[in-house]
Amino acid sequence: MTTTPAAQAAPLTAGADPATTPSARTLGPRRRPGRRGLATMGQRTFTGALALLFLFPMVWAAVASVSPKGGTNQTDGIGLGNYRTLVDYQAGIWQYLANSAFVSLLTVVLTLTVSLLGGYAFARFDFPGKNLLFLGTLAILMVPYATLLIPLYVLLNDLGLQNSLVGLALVLTMFQLPFATFMMRISFEAVPKELEEAAMVDGCGTFRALVMVLLPAVRAGLVTVGLFAFLAAWNDFITPLILISDSSKVPLPLAVANLRGQTQGIVDFGATEAGVVVLALPCVLIFLMLQRHYVRGFMSGALKG
Amino acid sequence: MATVTTPDAPPASSPSRARTRVPRRRPGQRVRQRRRLGALYASPTALFLLVFFVVPVILVLRMSASDWSLFVGDRGANFPTNFGEAVDDRLFWPAIRFTLTYTAITTVILLALALGLALVVQESGRWSAFVRTSFLVPSALGLASASLLFYGLYSPQSSPISAFLEWIGVIDTPVSFLGTPGAALWSTVALVVWRFAGFYMLLLLVGLQAIPGDVFEAARMDGASRFQTFRSITLPLLKPSLALSTILCVTGSLLAFDQFYVLTKGGPDNSTVTIVQLVYSMAFQGQNDLGRAAALSIIVLGGLLVLNALQFLGLRGDRD
Repeated sequence: MTTTPAAQAAPLTAGADPATTPSARTLGPRRRPGRRGLATMGQRTFTGALALLFLFPMVWAAVASVSPKGGTNQTDGIGLGNYRTLVDYQAGIWQYLANSAFVSLLTVVLTLTVSLLGGYAFARFDFPGKNLLFLGTLAILMVPYATLLIPLYVLLNDLGLQNSLVGLALVLTMFQLPFATFMMRISFEAVPKELEEAAMVDGCGTFRALVMVLLPAVRAGLVTVGLFAFLAAWNDFITPLILISDSSKVPLPLAVANLRGQTQGIVDFGATEAGVVVLALPCVLIFLMLQRHYVRGFMSGALKG
Repeated sequence: MATVTTPDAPPASSPSRARTRVPRRRPGQRVRQRRRLGALYASPTALFLLVFFVVPVILVLRMSASDWSLFVGDRGANFPTNFGEAVDDRLFWPAIRFTLTYTAITTVILLALALGLALVVQESGRWSAFVRTSFLVPSALGLASASLLFYGLYSPQSSPISAFLEWIGVIDTPVSFLGTPGAALWSTVALVVWRFAGFYMLLLLVGLQAIPGDVFEAARMDGASRFQTFRSITLPLLKPSLALSTILCVTGSLLAFDQFYVLTKGGPDNSTVTIVQLVYSMAFQGQNDLGRAAALSIIVLGGLLVLNALQFLGLRGDRD
């Protein structure tokens, strides 16, 4: 059976243009209508049970963090005792939160800046070594973290960035560059060239055209890049584990992991789960707010890869 | 698209080339100016790539061929001692075997489940959107956070699963989720499946969406059963997405670290030491030998490159 090109293209058009990718809600082909009733009920029960199974661990962690338990700071009644343990733990949770926030924000800002300029260069300019540079950026994906972190440990020492949150953010930015550069390149390529050419005719330089005309056009791509950079930087574990040895400078995931081993093998599970909640909450909230942009990251990868 | 020019072409040679292509002089200047601007905009990327990627890669090659300890630093070349010592480490082969086992189990279970989930939630509508989001939320958590969460979920002192099983009378004593090598492996697989199922589901869902609806319609009109449609249409047309998922999942699992570092610490009895954990412990725990760790990480990199090349060639061959 032959299909018309228009019909064939129809389900894809939404995804082909990164600027207009559909929200998660419209993902997937629509099934034919009808067939309601028992089949739907059965299916809903099944998928609902699955959904609960996936939600259960997080709900449990939230409940366990405020529930009474022996060996924790919360021995009877519901309360925030475990969170008080976190506040009193070594440098205090505020310090670790500040470390994590600083590293994550710096990583996001650096990633956005570098990939915005880089994406612009790759999409709109020809210059010597362009393809080599683009392939080199993608090649970061091929090399395991551990292989890079061992020399980076030595290199950051030489640069005077040992034990430094700035050094950590620089390394995390480098890890983000393949996805970010790729994403920004295709975002710029999706913008019609006439848009900036009109601005240039009006006397704008390339930089002004970028800031005034193109920046709003690639905003969606920037949100996606920023979201992935934030989640990666906030959650990264092995990079600070190797690069940061000063215990007051570690980001939150490391601090919570260290918290378990503090008192001679007796683990404070209440405080651990409270730490998990503090770690997870910003990620889950941001994820729920920007879910549409999270999905976009996948569409771009699948379309080009 | 992009014209490939040699990176070190002297600027003096470019006007003549521009002139042969475009007779007038002004556009030639404009082209040159745009080249300079392009290079300028790309320079932050180039700087990051050079300082934090190219230099480290060269350095790790040098370290792997040097006697380089954590505290003393470089003490001169000793190739190929580090490679020999890395392979002779008593945990080398067990770590490789365990990493491969873990990778095989994780990839099969994860992709099968992700495909199932993608098929279940591909309809549009509010209910599917809610279910999809539930599957996806764990992907927002860091792997380390998820591992810490499951650490509580699995520990005999706090496990609600164990308590529940005791309550309904299936077991008498608390279950040991991490106590034996087998249990530790499967418990970690469960954690990773929970954390990543939504991620791969989304990847496959995007692939499913790219299949034109007419193809399913045609199959239905030809009287194909659901299973026939799945086997003869969905699976073959989903191959690119499945291939991408497989490569990502295999690579990610081979480099597993966080989940074992937090959950099992490589135990019990070093039965769950992965190859990246071995790199880490060679460098920073006990042995403090950066040279040997660098050598091992080069071996890992080599293995990974070969494996990815094979997967890539295999997929290319399929397409022809």
